[in-house]
Amino acid sequence: MSEHTIADISGAGDGLVTTTPTPVLRLDNIRKSFGSTQVLRGISFDIKPHEVVALLGPSGSGKSTLMKCVNLLEQVDDGQIWLGDTDITDPRANQDKIRARVGVVFQQFNLFPHMTVLRNVTLAAIKVHHWNRDRAETRALELLDRIGMRAKANSYPDQLSGGQQQRVAIARALMTDPELLLLDEITSALDPMLVGEVLSMVAELKSQGTTILMATHEMSFAHDAADRIVLLRRGVIAENGTPQQVMDESEDPETREFFAHFRH
Amino acid sequence: MVDSHIQQDLAADATPPVSEVELSRREYRRRQQLKSVVTSLVSTIVLALIIVVGLKMSPGWPRVRQTFFSAEYFAKSFPEVLDGLWLNLKVLVVAVIGVAIFATLIALVRTSKSPVMFPLRALAAIYTTVMRGIPMIVILYLIGFGIPGLQLTKQRIDPSLLGTIAVIMGYSAYVAEVLRAGFNDVHPSQRASARSLGLTAGQTTWLVVVPQALRKVAPALMNDFISMQKDVGLISVLGAVDAVRAAQIEVASSYNFTPYVVASLLFILMSVPFILLNDWYSERLRKREQSGGTV
Repeated sequence: MSEHTIADISGAGDGLVTTTPTPVLRLDNIRKSFGSTQVLRGISFDIKPHEVVALLGPSGSGKSTLMKCVNLLEQVDDGQIWLGDTDITDPRANQDKIRARVGVVFQQFNLFPHMTVLRNVTLAAIKVHHWNRDRAETRALELLDRIGMRAKANSYPDQLSGGQQQRVAIARALMTDPELLLLDEITSALDPMLVGEVLSMVAELKSQGTTILMATHEMSFAHDAADRIVLLRRGVIAENGTPQQVMDESEDPETREFFAHFRH
Repeated sequence: MVDSHIQQDLAADATPPVSEVELSRREYRRRQQLKSVVTSLVSTIVLALIIVVGLKMSPGWPRVRQTFFSAEYFAKSFPEVLDGLWLNLKVLVVAVIGVAIFATLIALVRTSKSPVMFPLRALAAIYTTVMRGIPMIVILYLIGFGIPGLQLTKQRIDPSLLGTIAVIMGYSAYVAEVLRAGFNDVHPSQRASARSLGLTAGQTTWLVVVPQALRKVAPALMNDFISMQKDVGLISVLGAVDAVRAAQIEVASSYNFTPYVVASLLFILMSVPFILLNDWYSERLRKREQSGGTV
């Protein structure tokens, strides 16, 4: 496959920012236990602006927990998470404000079933960011147009296919230009026919420079779309590098085993 | 793809010849339908006859007819009872609003998780348990005679006001539990998704959880509303001159019970639209849920 990885990103460092930019997200030694089970045992990595990072790992490796910690749906036991210059693990931080800066797309779409597509997409912009309705709807229709869902603006979620619902959920997360987009296994609940349409949307977001952290089981998609792969195993980072480094060139026997069924 | 659509359209336009088998099936279904209509008609007539003959044959029937279904007393008491019904309607409107607010508050408290709310949560749990255990009429007596007994004001408190408070307190306990079931029925992922958009806890509750919960429990709520409609007639025990009390006054002066029948008829008429509405709405929800299959 092509070699569009780290080189592209470092080359993309535009003229305005000369020194190394502040990472969009910085995880510093994150720990989390449930009862006596240590799920995350010291996770540290950065995500630079415009970077797409894929979080891989077998079931139970801590991917979902890590995503929940970043989204403040779970509280960390130790370590710090920085979103830009904000320490979001600081209990004094305004959690609602932080959540409003991060877009999240869930495995089960979680659109609000009692609201139309348009209202789903504009809700946060109007209620949280206090945009006026006209501005929010203009922006929403523009987004829906781009994903080919404008005709469905007044439909309810149960009138859409799974792939359409997930595309709307992505539009909802993108509505207010979040600093970071979290995609939590967004194709796991879709049948294979619908996975493609959602993944091509993610590829388009990448080309527009959206910073993305995605937990996924789509190996070939991670290989092609991610700038970097973080492989979790038993709560620690087993690998952290370009898709080539991690998926093709790793010497680690367990890593080789994990990617064994993936041949591109 | 496009071709097959056109073919389907053509097939739909030209009526294809119906096979012998289908014709005989249709004939059979027609016969079956006729048979069931005749059967239901006959059974209805038989039942009506049994009731009429049974009444006519019972020795006390003429007395009962005179006492409960007298046209003369019907006409005489009707205006008074209808007048009283206005009070029931007013009490009902106020009580519905009161119950909606009070019950929602109780339900929200009971489903809250914050430790600050613990004492309120315990209080709400005790309240719903106790209130649902007391007969409505006893609640009315306790409020209606207990509050004036405190002698907080010099003037007499309007019994219809006390009755309204009692109805609100009693029904809020039932409605709160229905609402609580509805709140718990909204999947936690909906809350997570709203919070991750940056909505506050309060916004999440009002914009996402409550509307979905109300849809889920609407038939149960309407049922409570219908039973509240007749229970506002109980305020008569406190002396408020509502439809039931007006009927009672008429009865006391004539010893003819027709005014009670008048009051009952008016209460039935008042509830029929809501019963029909509830049936229609529940049926619609049921159809929507079963849209996946017909069996």
